[in-house]
Amino acid sequence: MTDEKPTAKEVEERLRQLRLAAERGGYWLNPDQEHTEELVLGLLLNTRRYGYPSCPCRLAAGDRGNDRDIICPCDYRDPDLAEFGSCYCALYVSEGIARGEGEAEPIPERRTK
Amino acid sequence: MNIVQVEGKGNVDIFLYTLSTCVWCKKAKKWLKKEKLAYRYVDVDLEPPEKKEAVMAEVRRCNPKGSFPTIVIDGHDCLVGFKPEKFKEVFR
Repeated sequence: MTDEKPTAKEVEERLRQLRLAAERGGYWLNPDQEHTEELVLGLLLNTRRYGYPSCPCRLAAGDRGNDRDIICPCDYRDPDLAEFGSCYCALYVSEGIARGEGEAEPIPERRTK
Repeated sequence: MNIVQVEGKGNVDIFLYTLSTCVWCKKAKKWLKKEKLAYRYVDVDLEPPEKKEAVMAEVRRCNPKGSFPTIVIDGHDCLVGFKPEKFKEVFR
């Protein structure tokens, strides 16, 4: 595992895959390109560090069993989307936000461990 | 702890516990920098594994949820998350 920074091309490719998967699953990614690219960069870095894409906005234990609930898409995405219109890191947002009706804001942490 | 000092103005001590990968943490640092405020921070995810637990104990003393960014002001007051409106109130 390495901390080498992913390239812009890697970020672009991963973002393309995530966008496709989101569309197929009925989800929307944050239309704020800078925000979304930063998150994808974090996901790629965490994959290199830990071997899985844990949420960039949460501290991973580095143990897949402990971190299972925060592997993106995390276990809290759907309840957070339903209650706040975005997931914790705001990679996934509501259809309204995706259409430009407002911006994703930081939301409370739902994880308890 | 690998504490980074960012030079700037201001007469409050601002210390951030952050993650190097966290967008809200990056936005908080960027906001402080734009306001030219001095602050210090530690990227907890980059701390050596044997030190992370001790650093997280410090974070939880201020913010029991252990979320990021956790901001300690003057060593005792605590702010959690990227909240520009609150920042304006507290830091200006």
